[in-house]
Amino acid sequence: MELVGRTTGCFRWMQTNLFSTPLNTMLTLISIWIIYISVPPVFQWAFLNADWVGNSREDCTKEGACWVYIGFWFKQIMYGRYPETEVWRINISYLLLVGSLVPLLIPRFKYKGFVTIFLLFVYPVISYFLFIGDSFGLLLVETPLWGGLFLTLVISLVGIVASLPIGILLALGRRSKMPIVRALSIGFIEIWRGVPLITVLFMSSVMFPLFLPEGMNFDKLIRALVGVMFFSSAYMAEVVRGGLQAIPKGQIEAAEALGMNYWNTMFLIVMPQALKMVIPGIVNSFIALFKDTTLVLTIGLFDLLGTIQIIGTNAEWLGFHIEGYVFTAFIFWIFCFGMSRYSMHLEKKLHTGH
Amino acid sequence: MAEEKIQSQKPSKPLIWNDPTYRALFFQALVLSGVISLGFFLVSNTLVNLERQGIASGFGFLKGTAGFSILMTLIDYSEEDSYFWAFIVSLLNTLLVAGIGIFFATILGFFIGVCRLSSNWLVSRIAAVYIETIRNIPLLLQIFFWYFGVLRGLPSPANSINIFDSYFLNIRGLYSPSPVFEEGFSLIVWALILAFVLIFFISKWSRKRQDETGEQFPVFFASLCVMIMLPFMASFVVGFPLSWEYPVLEGFNFTGGFVIIPELVALSLALSLYTASFIAEIVRGGIMAINRGQTEASYALGLQPRLTLRLVIIPQALRVIIPPLTNQYLNLTKNSSLAAAIAYPDLVLVFAGTVLMQTGQAVEIIAITMGVYLAISLMISAFMNWYNKKMALVES
Repeated sequence: MELVGRTTGCFRWMQTNLFSTPLNTMLTLISIWIIYISVPPVFQWAFLNADWVGNSREDCTKEGACWVYIGFWFKQIMYGRYPETEVWRINISYLLLVGSLVPLLIPRFKYKGFVTIFLLFVYPVISYFLFIGDSFGLLLVETPLWGGLFLTLVISLVGIVASLPIGILLALGRRSKMPIVRALSIGFIEIWRGVPLITVLFMSSVMFPLFLPEGMNFDKLIRALVGVMFFSSAYMAEVVRGGLQAIPKGQIEAAEALGMNYWNTMFLIVMPQALKMVIPGIVNSFIALFKDTTLVLTIGLFDLLGTIQIIGTNAEWLGFHIEGYVFTAFIFWIFCFGMSRYSMHLEKKLHTGH
Repeated sequence: MAEEKIQSQKPSKPLIWNDPTYRALFFQALVLSGVISLGFFLVSNTLVNLERQGIASGFGFLKGTAGFSILMTLIDYSEEDSYFWAFIVSLLNTLLVAGIGIFFATILGFFIGVCRLSSNWLVSRIAAVYIETIRNIPLLLQIFFWYFGVLRGLPSPANSINIFDSYFLNIRGLYSPSPVFEEGFSLIVWALILAFVLIFFISKWSRKRQDETGEQFPVFFASLCVMIMLPFMASFVVGFPLSWEYPVLEGFNFTGGFVIIPELVALSLALSLYTASFIAEIVRGGIMAINRGQTEASYALGLQPRLTLRLVIIPQALRVIIPPLTNQYLNLTKNSSLAAAIAYPDLVLVFAGTVLMQTGQAVEIIAITMGVYLAISLMISAFMNWYNKKMALVES
């Protein structure tokens, strides 16, 4: 049955997209019903019937969500047990990070190289001293006190940044013509890719003390970071390998014809092109690592999810599990969705450049 | 004359430290000696530390008595059994939750992937919302949400949710009736096996007949009839030897039937929903990768849409879908180790948790655990390589 007359407009769109065949109409009605039974109750629970302002348990009077719970524990959720008087150090570090990332996102900025070097080499040193303290007149804050979103960001950023060079070396080793180097690289990559992260974390917290000579003792956070670093460098190696495989052989042959040796070829010709191509893959690895940092709560480090779990056992605030999980899910979703959108945008941009 | 002079000179051999072959050998020798000395360093430290802490070495601990009970076992297990038996039981639990997860994730993932491609705007948007939400929230958080958030809200056994008077849902789990196999049931099993053999031969015969004469045979319906009629006749002969044992509330708990523990429910639910969102994207990518020209060409040949889908689109889409799909199955199996966080008795919790705490032999236990997962990964990788070779486009 033709709709005589207009071919554009609201009703015409609805007819083609929602009601074109009887089956389609039925599907549309079922979907509307699904939306009807799920969205309004959630909206009521989270926004209309919720308590937003308050100071203590008694302010949770309405039957919906009690966001007072989140407000009360906000400092712990963000920073863990970091002393409140020293939180400004973490905030300065966040500002530095955001401040140096913004110029990188502007397409026409000319000094991106300098900013990248600053981010990769200078910023970690500054942050290390800011977080730990015990120098320049800053108070010492030991790592067991670190927690919340702060610890999640520390673990994932250190994991990704440290896994890049190791991953690049492993990818080059896997493609090498020397049999021993190739065998060792493949073995390393396949072992760390084949086991779950939770066993790697168990291994790092239980076995690393056995591997080290007597007296050498490493912080639990450092052990976990080493485990995470090995794990993510194996995945990073596969991502970089994909980029290396896409470089035409002619590039390497031309470099050899010009008389460049292996390392010059790799780091001046091949790597810049390969890494630019796999930046979306690197961002995807970062998203996966960001989600995987939640596993550190199984070895006793209290990241964002671990902090929420601990808060949930506080005697005064029992029964607010769902608010805690929803808020945590919201934070993770914002980060991960934002990064995945950015990576899709990058893929589109770089694809047209080739 | 100058040419003869140049031709008579042999190409000069490079100095030994410029010769690529020797440099490669030297470098490899360096790397190998570095790795071996690192290995020696770690192993000697480990041996010294183990002796200092009085921890035993070797795999003899596997014969020791376990002394702990396991929440859910698929085979008989008691506290007097050995650690090795506890290892087997927990391994079966891991495989069970991985199998359930893979089964439901595949079905749900394919369904949502197809919905995402639907021409109905609402359906495709709802599927997109599902995928984008579930994909960006960590799996551990989803497991906690289902276990601590939802399942803890279930009522006590006395106020269980009653489903058809046979299934009871409460905070201790889902109590279901269990089948009781009486005598003569083995005949039904033989009848089922015979039915499968018959179906195999029927399909081979019908394909041969179609090749020779072009006549089609309704293989699907014939197989269905055979699969239902044969066991039915067998059970008729023996007298229907299958009865059900229903769970009955006695005091504060249920007896009879079997129970599906809430940890298993939460874990399989979270794993299935999470992996399904990734599978949906893979399915969408696979179907979108098929050229529209294939569909148009097969319509031009007169094939109905149903047959086009079955004979032209899906085989090609499967070639694109199966490699990342097996990768997701692998991820699901590895993610099932998160069971340790909610006390579901899988390999990591029982073996690398309880047994490790009791015996202290961290090196062997973690090596065995990692070895098991590594073996599963390598098997799935090998299968994928075989499948890729089999399905690779043969270009003459």
